[in-house]
Amino acid sequence: MSVQELDLSRVDEIISQTTNKKGALIPVLQKVQKIYGYVPEESIEQIANGLQVYPADVYGVLTFYSQFKLKPRGEYIVRVCCGTACHVKGSARIAEDLVNKLKVAVGETTEDRKFTLETVACVGACALAPVVIINEDVHAKMSADEARRMIDGIQKGKS
Amino acid sequence: MSKPQIIIGMATCGLAAGGKAVYNKAIEEAGRLGIDVEVRKTGCVGMCHREPLMDIIIPGRTRVSYSDLKAEHVPAILESHLKNGEVYKDRLLGQFKPSSPDIQPYPDTQYYDELDYNRKQHKIVLKNCGFIDPTKIDEYIARGGYEGAKKAITTLTPEQIIDEVKKSGLRGRGGAGFPTGMKWQFCKNSPGNEKYIICNADEGDPGAFMDRSVLEGDPHAVIEGMLIGGFAIGATHGYIYCRAEYPLAVEHLNIAIEQAIERGFLGKDIFGSGFDLEIIVKEGAGAFVCGEETALMNSIEGKRGMPNPRPPFPAQKGVWGKPSNINNVETWANVPQIITNGGAWYASFGTEKSKGTKVFALTGKINRTGLVEVPNGIPLKEIIYDIGGGIIGGKKLKAVQTGGPSGGCIPSSFMDTMVDYESLAALGSIVGSGGMVVMDEDTCMVDMARYFQAFCQDESCGKCTPCRVGTKRLLEILERIVAGNGREGDIELLLDLGSQVKITSLCGLGQTAPNPVITTIKYFRDEYEAHIKDKTCPACACSALIHFEVTPDLCTKCGICVKNCPVNCISGGTGGKKGEKIAFIGDEACIRCGVCFEKCPFDAIFKYSGGVKKTS
Repeated sequence: MSVQELDLSRVDEIISQTTNKKGALIPVLQKVQKIYGYVPEESIEQIANGLQVYPADVYGVLTFYSQFKLKPRGEYIVRVCCGTACHVKGSARIAEDLVNKLKVAVGETTEDRKFTLETVACVGACALAPVVIINEDVHAKMSADEARRMIDGIQKGKS
Repeated sequence: MSKPQIIIGMATCGLAAGGKAVYNKAIEEAGRLGIDVEVRKTGCVGMCHREPLMDIIIPGRTRVSYSDLKAEHVPAILESHLKNGEVYKDRLLGQFKPSSPDIQPYPDTQYYDELDYNRKQHKIVLKNCGFIDPTKIDEYIARGGYEGAKKAITTLTPEQIIDEVKKSGLRGRGGAGFPTGMKWQFCKNSPGNEKYIICNADEGDPGAFMDRSVLEGDPHAVIEGMLIGGFAIGATHGYIYCRAEYPLAVEHLNIAIEQAIERGFLGKDIFGSGFDLEIIVKEGAGAFVCGEETALMNSIEGKRGMPNPRPPFPAQKGVWGKPSNINNVETWANVPQIITNGGAWYASFGTEKSKGTKVFALTGKINRTGLVEVPNGIPLKEIIYDIGGGIIGGKKLKAVQTGGPSGGCIPSSFMDTMVDYESLAALGSIVGSGGMVVMDEDTCMVDMARYFQAFCQDESCGKCTPCRVGTKRLLEILERIVAGNGREGDIELLLDLGSQVKITSLCGLGQTAPNPVITTIKYFRDEYEAHIKDKTCPACACSALIHFEVTPDLCTKCGICVKNCPVNCISGGTGGKKGEKIAFIGDEACIRCGVCFEKCPFDAIFKYSGGVKKTS
């Protein structure tokens, strides 16, 4: 991977668009993450200054909420739902299988930055359990085999 | 309506099941047939087990629903129904009752309301879900939308509104069941010119999706409820705090708010009454504890979502230090109809203490999964068997988990229990937000307790010690039990520690976190004892306590297990010829993944734990 200078000018843009700074920290961080795929550590001070809070407040919020990621993520974010209904229908097996398949631990990204494997508490598609979410698409009634096939499909189709 | 309509369920579950492909195909096919139709989207009708769904309406005829669709089924259905005016029997779900005498029903076609899944349901909250396009305010208005708000704001006083809600007996649908009218009264009586109303749409209970469905399928009902509540309380600002995992809900809410502003239902001088209200959607960021009201308010303020001790209660000092009233999605969605039809009407459903209806998310090992709205007090067995169609594969029901991580497991011997706040509480469980996960004989109750404890431990915010440390210790004990390292006295330790955590934790998360452990011990103590004393798992589910073996007579030496074993611990079993050795599983190297068990086409592989043996 080439080391690129991160362009953080868009962070300033987001802050300047935030007219009401009261309670704006979480929405600002969400916007930053939407653009960069994660919240770059380099942007924390910038955000703190912009919103007139302490960097510790920003860091505190970032590490409290599971939505925020401090490390870059892959092109495909594979999330295994571990809600109750999914658990009862075998989601743990699917997650284990994908750990073996992608050779990364849950929460980590493959070396080629293609896949990030995550678990999610529940996406509310419980009636179609177990589900696996790849980027924005929810895949219903999954099995370990089917999940592996989907990964294969992505690897073959687009690598 | 002048032209035929095709309506496709495209809420999260419809989309997950393949609704988008059906939608695209319907547009393409209608074009190919040269028929002028309107193709519309709708929310979730609640029959998730039959998704994707597609409804067709021909002017003057009843609405017909088709289910279990793939794109490839669409051409034949459109050809038959739209072109020839005949119901296509394959994939037919049912027709809706004619809405007026001039609407002609189809012959020999079952009514949708009479399907087993729907017969015992009564829809108040879900009235519009799956019927209207949630992104179009006119469709909501056409079904009586904003009439309740108009009536409340233009003809009733705040006291009259609160009285009506009190009369309805409506209680908080988020889980605690606090009387809604009383909650409003507290906030109204609280001094201050600036007050907030909040919708708790942080549906974090894993296994529940009622609120998602309402937000995606009928967002105006929530906004209208807040409008009425806001007027009654004297609120100036409103927030809807929606979890980030529901992107479609957030999208639909924002569209709905914009449309409501355009029509003058939100903003300044609503209905010419001088009442002003603005509502803002706040997206959560993935923290279960934010479903707790004080934590939610901290999160709205942009802080870590940690709870505060009470008092002061939110009604006195809530978000931004101002009096605040918070109700959950389902509670708000009930309000417009209570005002339109009267509190007495609402109170005519349900039991003496639990009025009205409740929506449940029916999931797990049950045949018909989805959302069900039933009058409070319905026996649990009617939900499981009559509506849900019983257990998958005819297996034995073991327990029904209600209330998620704060709730408990109700064993099969209590299926006559009435589903209402009091009856479930008497069993040690709760109605909760409405998750209902069905478990069969293959579910290990100790593992279930471990699962919920892992969830609570992970989601504990860490502010108070009993919850932060207590859930961790509970989890460690449960983990060693399922790993086969349970010790004598562990059950008593769990009960003792669990009750300490309940009594001493700061907020609802910790106060209820031990419930799944305590109820599973109460009703399934023998399973705990088997794990601890015999080192066996009666459900054959805990991988550390099971073994796999081959039934020699059934093995055909096909080699499938050998090929699929990820750790190559199966020997023999290939060649398919007589004289070859049958498969043999090396127990030492086996990681108990169960792949061979699932893959064997001849059911020759079985698993066992102690005296229990199971084939696939």
